[in-house]
Amino acid sequence: MMRIDCPHCGPRAQAEFAYERTLDSIVTLDMAEDEAVARLYARANPRGFDDELWRHGFGCRQWLVLHRHRQTHEIASVAAFDPAIHS
Amino acid sequence: MTRYSALALLKAGLTGQRGWDRAWRDPEPTTHYDVIVIGGGGHGLATAYYLAKVHGIRNVAVLEKGWIGGGNTGRNTTIVRSNYRQKPLHDLFDFALGLWEGMSDELNYNVMFSPRGALFLGHSDSDMTVLAQRGDALRCDGIDAELLTRDQVRKLVPLLDMSPDARFPVHGGLIQRRGGTARHDAVAWGYARAADSLGVDIIQNCEVTGIVQSGGRVTGVETSRGKIGAGRVGICVAGNSGPVAALAGITLPIEAQTLQAFVTEQVKPMIDTVIMSQSLHCYISQSDKGGIVLGGDPDQFPSYAQRGLPPRIERAAAEAIALVPALSRLRMARCWAGTTDMSFDGSPIISALPVGGLYLNGGWCYGGFKATPGSGFVYAHLLATGAAHRLAAPFALDRFAEARPSTKRGSARCRSCADDADRLPPLRSARASRVRL
Ligand SMILES: Cc1cc2nc3c(=O)[nH]c(=O)nc-3n(C[C@H](O)[C@H](O)[C@H](O)COP(=O)(O)OP(=O)(O)OC[C@H]3O[C@@H](n4cnc5c(N)ncnc54)[C@H](O)[C@@H]3O)c2cc1C
Ligand SMILES: [Zn+2]
Repeated sequence: MMRIDCPHCGPRAQAEFAYERTLDSIVTLDMAEDEAVARLYARANPRGFDDELWRHGFGCRQWLVLHRHRQTHEIASVAAFDPAIHS
Repeated sequence: MTRYSALALLKAGLTGQRGWDRAWRDPEPTTHYDVIVIGGGGHGLATAYYLAKVHGIRNVAVLEKGWIGGGNTGRNTTIVRSNYRQKPLHDLFDFALGLWEGMSDELNYNVMFSPRGALFLGHSDSDMTVLAQRGDALRCDGIDAELLTRDQVRKLVPLLDMSPDARFPVHGGLIQRRGGTARHDAVAWGYARAADSLGVDIIQNCEVTGIVQSGGRVTGVETSRGKIGAGRVGICVAGNSGPVAALAGITLPIEAQTLQAFVTEQVKPMIDTVIMSQSLHCYISQSDKGGIVLGGDPDQFPSYAQRGLPPRIERAAAEAIALVPALSRLRMARCWAGTTDMSFDGSPIISALPVGGLYLNGGWCYGGFKATPGSGFVYAHLLATGAAHRLAAPFALDRFAEARPSTKRGSARCRSCADDADRLPPLRSARASRVRL
């Protein structure tokens, strides 16, 4: 199991968190249909690092951005989600 | 190749069971094949077999990065059934079930298919309503489904907790008597041996590291054992669909996730049915060796680790013990995990890809073992003819861009089936899709 270092709450067990989706699959309301479809359905799905949206559901309930390796589970960074930067 | 039979076994017994041929050759790859199948799981090996058997295409190679059957084929809980609610799914799975019934004879290899009945438990009135609807939809298409009362379930599985304070009260169930289990390794080995005997090269320890293209068409693959030319290439790599499609610059509506399974120490026969549940993601069966095989929830986040979360093990064990209290006396012997190819609508993708001559068979989520023979059959058709087999047509890749559910049905025959297509929301996230095993 991973330990996720929440920027708001500190290090917590993964069981408190839920994966939502990759950062590049956020669809905004003003997006053109083609782009929305691509964002909804196309996934790089790498055997390596990806940027992911997680939610600290049993903690501060905030959205977080994890840069995480999908084979080793190494978490290179955790940041608070900021719509100005992340979408 | 020696045919396996009781007589052959007796004869070999006189000489200490020595002198058996190897089950398949270990050839060096040649420079060019008509068709290359990437991935030596059950699906890839079955595909190669039907290419040779049905379509007469024998210049075929199956390239496997590890050993055949070492992926999800050899890691799954081996539940075989066809009682899916949606028509395109149950049509394909029921075609597969027909092939399972004759597989050991067809392949001359004992795959130990054991149609011991696949039972879904209902734990509430609403569970029973859903099970009844599903049963009706299946029976309209001629697929066996039998709704059981609480007493009938009790007779079938006497060890279930039927007490008044049971954590998950049993209201009844839905059984497919033709469903059951099979020996997973034997499926890979049986198809490998049969395909090899028809001339297919099965090449293990051969990882595909590149897809060679020229003028928008695939011309071969780069591998850890050199470059190999091909007329057509079929990807069939389950959890690795993303990275392999990426070699051709293609992204897919698939995410890799971990699913675990567990087995207890071996005991005398105590459960002779496959037990599943309409409300729980817990399934229980007993292997022929005596171990109780358990499965539970996937990890619900992307992973290639082939190693899962401990809370999933605890939960599956807790649910299994709540259903069958006697299991609390058993020790867990082993647990393991596989990387599943979770598609975003919970249905497989059997399709041409945007590169000429390149095809995909993947997205089986955590329920593709039961499809193995049918999947191989329809994929062979696609690779041989370039056109989708009737049963595979609903599973084309372009359904996502068109927001068309794979489960759109053709003609309405009964009220409950007619609702099918409308019931499935066209856009679902991977997390929302809960196709059962
Ligand atoms: C724990 C678990 C329980 C399950 N339980 C059930 C069940 O009860 N019933 C059911 O119907 N389904 C079940 N499934 C799902 C089922 O196991 C899979 O859908 C099915 O086995 C997929 O078969 P396959 O041949 O496509 O995949 P695999 O057997 O995984 O074969 C794919 C092969 O491709 C190879 N490969 C990958 N990348 C490359 C490359 N670059 N080059 C060459 N080769 C490559 C891999 O090494 C692998 O051997 C379960 C899955 C898991 C993990
Ligand atoms: Zn927090």
